[in-house]
Order: sequence, then structure tokens, then C-alpha cells
Amino acid sequence: MGIFGNFFKKIKYAFTKNELNDDFYDELEQTLISSDMGVITSEDIIEEFRAEVKKRMIKDVDNAQKVLREILIDKLKFDEVEFSYPMIITVVGVNGVGKTTSIAKMANYFSKLKKNVMLVAGDTFRAAATEQLDEWATRLKLKIVKQGEGADSASVVFDGISSMKAKKADVLIVDTAGRLHTKVNLMKELEKINNVAHREYPEAKHLNFIVLDASIGQNSLAQVEAFKQSVDIDGIILTKLDGTAKGGVAYPIVKELNVPIVFTGFGETINDLSKFNVEEFVDKILM
Amino acid sequence: MALFQGLGERLNHIFSKLTKRGKLTELEIKEAMREVRVALLEADVNFMVVKKFIATVSEKAVGEEILKSLTPAQQVIKIVRDELTTLMGGENVKLEVSPKPPTVIMMCGLQGSGKTTLSGKLALSLKKQGKKPLLVACDVYRPAAIDQLKVLGKSINIDVFERGTDNPVKTSREAIKYAEKYMLDTVIIDTAGRLQIDEKLMQELKEIKKEINPTEILLVIDSMIGQEAVNVSTAFNDALDVTGVALTKLDGDTRGGVALSVRSVIGKPIKFCSVGEKLTDLEPFHPDRMASRILGMGDILTLIDKAQEAVDEKQVKEMERKFRENSFTFNDYIAQMDNLNKMGGLKSVLSMLPGIGGKIKQLEESIDEKMLARNKAIIQSMTEKERENPDIINGSRRNRIAKGAGVQVSDVNQLIKQFNQSKEMMKQLKNNKRGGMANLMRMMKG
Repeated sequence: MGIFGNFFKKIKYAFTKNELNDDFYDELEQTLISSDMGVITSEDIIEEFRAEVKKRMIKDVDNAQKVLREILIDKLKFDEVEFSYPMIITVVGVNGVGKTTSIAKMANYFSKLKKNVMLVAGDTFRAAATEQLDEWATRLKLKIVKQGEGADSASVVFDGISSMKAKKADVLIVDTAGRLHTKVNLMKELEKINNVAHREYPEAKHLNFIVLDASIGQNSLAQVEAFKQSVDIDGIILTKLDGTAKGGVAYPIVKELNVPIVFTGFGETINDLSKFNVEEFVDKILM
Repeated sequence: MALFQGLGERLNHIFSKLTKRGKLTELEIKEAMREVRVALLEADVNFMVVKKFIATVSEKAVGEEILKSLTPAQQVIKIVRDELTTLMGGENVKLEVSPKPPTVIMMCGLQGSGKTTLSGKLALSLKKQGKKPLLVACDVYRPAAIDQLKVLGKSINIDVFERGTDNPVKTSREAIKYAEKYMLDTVIIDTAGRLQIDEKLMQELKEIKKEINPTEILLVIDSMIGQEAVNVSTAFNDALDVTGVALTKLDGDTRGGVALSVRSVIGKPIKFCSVGEKLTDLEPFHPDRMASRILGMGDILTLIDKAQEAVDEKQVKEMERKFRENSFTFNDYIAQMDNLNKMGGLKSVLSMLPGIGGKIKQLEESIDEKMLARNKAIIQSMTEKERENPDIINGSRRNRIAKGAGVQVSDVNQLIKQFNQSKEMMKQLKNNKRGGMANLMRMMKG
């Protein structure tokens, strides 16, 4: 296959006098920045790579590429997020990143594991957000708890949990309003949702996932920081990896949050979601 | 949060270092440019665009031009700003209007870029300008997308044409016939979001274009997008030869490097930017103003535009007189607050003022929009006489007002204190034009 080899092949004369030359490092920096890794992270990684190449006295392209790949993989390696039931997953993120679609995909994922899944339409802000989730619930034959547009989202969550207990459901997935992270009041609403969930069902497993669009740039860092201030983030769902965006922004984000990427989304259909595969992801960046 | 705050702050920081030095040497420019480069890349400007930008600016900064300037730093800022302006297209480009109505505007872009909301905003803005728009729902793939447009249309009282999940090519053709029949002069077609590499869906867009021959094809781009902006805009432009770009979600603290990238890669004008969640939050894109904003120089021009829209001339004159005579009353206070709201709220106005940029974060925490609403309630619990003569408000009146507004007496006291401070502040502003802004800031924080 050698997908990964492509980047190294592009650079014909990577070595001068048995050392990786500046052209190589320039090209590498460009590759990393083009993947949306950001200047600072790219520079850090290159520095680490330089040191490692020197330490191991590497003199050939094959071994150099192995080292780089190792470094890139290592940075995204985490223990898996454990699922235990009953479980309440609250999904947060800004507008348009693919929250609702990811929720539907996750619901499908857990349904396939033979879990009894319920949805909560907690996005009471955007026009027709509830209808969108409702439509998915119908297609997936899932129970959905909802109130009207403009309802208090924490109260919808409250209803959801009551219903979850009554129906003895295993998984409750809560949709929340997409918000720009600069809106303080809307961020407070998230806190409230979390408080209600913990209070009403303390014995359940609680997870907060943030949905990020693979094509976004460095601004997503500010987003993530703001969300982190409101709620504890337990994992990342990286969407829209089916485009040509490389999603290198995952590096600074994972570093900032110190939590793993749990799922990746890569298409429009309900099955286009999988557990995060770090090797595949890194190979795409270096493609 | 001010638009482009991040980039502006960084460049300011870089140039404040320059100011402390004398004349610029080639080496110093190189050093400054290295920081400009990082700032631009961190602002998500595309790698290649940054490269080109730095080359051009360095060339212009080195040599004769710089020697002529009074302060080298100012000269460099000017060169950077002019180059940013040029790169973003120079001047605002307006929407084309078809000589034979209806004018047809077709929206396209990635999923989640904000096409549907933007369609609504544009329709509302055109309606305000006296046009008769029709919204057309052609997003037949995303669940409830049609509902979303219908809800939007209803809230702004604009017709929404839909044919369920029928073929979008057919739907758009019928929509135009509908517009012709009912004398609607602008048709806005909301298409489904798609990836630029999805050949089947891109083909569908080409077919819609061929069928209805739109006056405008606007590419809607999320301003939070990263390096990918270049691939996306190139692909859409190659397929459709778009006529312009609309940037959405510019109200986050996104540094908006995308404005530079897209414009310089496809060479099509950015016509609008969408700056908030309210349907009125749509602005024409002005490259010169945006460049100034990037450099932290504020955006007074936009503010003036907004003020003109919100406030009528007579009111302004009257207010001016009252300021002068210092006969400002609680009724005026409410009128002012309503105007502020019409302009997008206090925060949005503040973010556009020069010199406040860096401080906006602290300010934002001290301003609570709810508090403003509470103040309004307090004032509305006053009698007409009390509003016009705040001096007569004694202890028992304060008690009654507090009860009426459902607040504590201390809240009423606080408002009256603030009101008196504002009057004091106006006096100072009048007497002391320089430094007025700094005083204003101090008082607002207090």
C-alpha cells in the first residue's frame, strides 16, 4: 500500500551528508500545518522528531518515517473510554459540526450492541432541531423525549431521565443546543443540564462528549477551552473525516483536553461511525 | 468578543515591539514578519497564502518606502493593513440584481456551514430594503431541513416554497415560476450541504445552475474552517463558477483567516458576513474595515451603519441636546437601551469600538444583559414624573418601585447611582474629549 510512504517519496533528497536536510523539515512543517495541526504543535513535533532521529542515529528514510509515525501515534494514544450501563451521554459542540447526526450514529452503534437506547431533544434553541432528532428516532425506531421549541433544556433532560428509569433503558443520549462558545449564558445552560443529570441519576455512568468537525482550524482550541470550563469533557467525536480535511487539529485539542478521540464520523449514512483508529488517522495526515 | 481579536492582538504586540526601536532594518522586518507569519497561520490563513503575503509585505516594507515614514511601525502597520485589504478584495461588492426579475440567489456549501440560517438572514435583510423575497427549500437530504427553513420563514413572515423531498432541480424551477406569478422579486434557494468531493451531489448543483441560471451563486463558508478552506472553495468554484462568498459564524472569537484564504485563492468577492444568532445579524463585508479590525483598530464604520439603521435622525438630535444640557432622564435611558438592543446589544457595540478590543473579555464578564433587562423593569415601575425628575425619588418611592419591579431596594439604589454616574460621565466627556474613552471604561467597570 504505502499510503504513508507518499509524504516521504515527495521529498527526493531528504538526506544530505547523512542528515535530514532543511528542505525535508520545511516540507514536513508544511504537511503538518496543512493538516490544521497549528504552527506551535507542528514545531513541537518536528523538534521531538529531530531529537529522536539524532538520538537513534537514523540515516535512512524508512527508519525516519517509522520514527515520525510513532511520535504522531503516541500523542493520540489513550486508554479507551469505558462504557457501562445505565449510561447518560451528553453531546456538546458548536453549531453545524454534526452533533445531531453523530447522536443518531451513536444511538445506532449502541443499538447494535443490543442496548436499549433513548434520545433526549435538548436542543430547544435552533429552529426544527427537535424535528431533526425526531426524524432520526423514527428511522431508528427509538424512543425520544422532547418538549417544544424554547423549552428549558434542563427540564427536557429531567423528563428524559425519568423516562429512562421507568423504561429501564441502558443508554440515554442528550442533544444540546449548538452554541458559539463565546456566549456565556448558553454555556451556563450546559452546566445546568449536567447538574440535573447527576442529581437525578447519580448511579448511572455520565459522559460528556464534544463533537468537532475535522475541517475546522485553530479556532476550535478556543471552543474546547470554553466548553471545558463549563463541563468535564470525557471524549471527542471527530466528524466529517470523509472530506479531504486531515483533522490535524486533533493534536492541539487532545493535548489541551487530555482526553481521547472516541468516535470518528465519515459519512452521511447511519453506519458511518466507528471507534477511533489512531493508525489510520495518522496515515491520512502523512498521506 | 471582537471579530479577529486574536490576530489583532498578536499584531499589536508585534508592532509594539517595533515601536520601541528606531528605524527598521531588513533583519528587523524579517523578525517581525516571522511573527506575522505565525499569527496568520494560527488565524487559520492557508499556508500558501501566508507565504505569498509575507513575501509581498516584506518586499514593500524593506527599502525606500519605510525611510519616508514618520514612524517605521506605523508604516509597517499600514503596509500590512493595505495588503490585507487588497488581499480581501479592496471594496465591498454588492449583490447583483437581475434586470429581469426575479433575481435568483443560489446558496451552496458544506454541511453545517450555515446556509439555511444565512438564507433566512439574507431574506430578512432584503425585505427590509423593500424587496419581496421567496425562500426555496431544496435541502432534501438532511432530516428536518425543510422544517427549519419553514420555521425561519414564518418567524420573519417570508414565503417558503417547498415540494417536500422532490427533485431539487424541479423544485427550483417551479419556485421561480411561483415567484413570477406572485410578483416576488428575489428568489433565495437553500440547497443541501455537500462535500466538495461528492461527485453526485456536486452534479446536482450544476444541474440546478443550468436549469435556473442564477444571478448569484453564493458559497457559504464557516469562518471556523481551517486549512481546508482552500480545497473547499476551489472545488465549489471550479464546479459552479460562484459569484461570491458569504462567511458565517464570525461572531465567535474565530480569527477568520478564512477571509484571506478564500478571497485570494478563488478571487471571488466576499459579499456578506454573518455575525450572530439573531436573524438580523448579517453585515455586508467591507475588506478595508475588516483589515482594520484584524489590526485591532476597531470597526467604527460598521457601528455607524448600525446606528443609522437603529436610530432616527430626530431622535439623535434630541439626544444630543439633552446631553448638552445635561437634562437626561430615565425615559431617555430606556430609549437608549432600546436603541442599543436594536444595534445588537451592548456587547456587540462595544466590540466594535477601537481601543476596547483587548479589554472586551473583562468587560464582557461585568456586563450582564439580564441586569439591563432588570434595570428596564425598575424604570418601568417608576411614575412618569419620577422618570422625568429622578431627583424626587425618595426612600418611600424607592420602596414602592422595588416592589413594583420585584427587586430589592438596593437594586433600585444601584440603578439610580449608576444613572447619576452616567450623567457625571457625560459632563466629563463633554469637557474633556481626550481621555474620555478611558474614563468611560473605568466607570463601566466600577
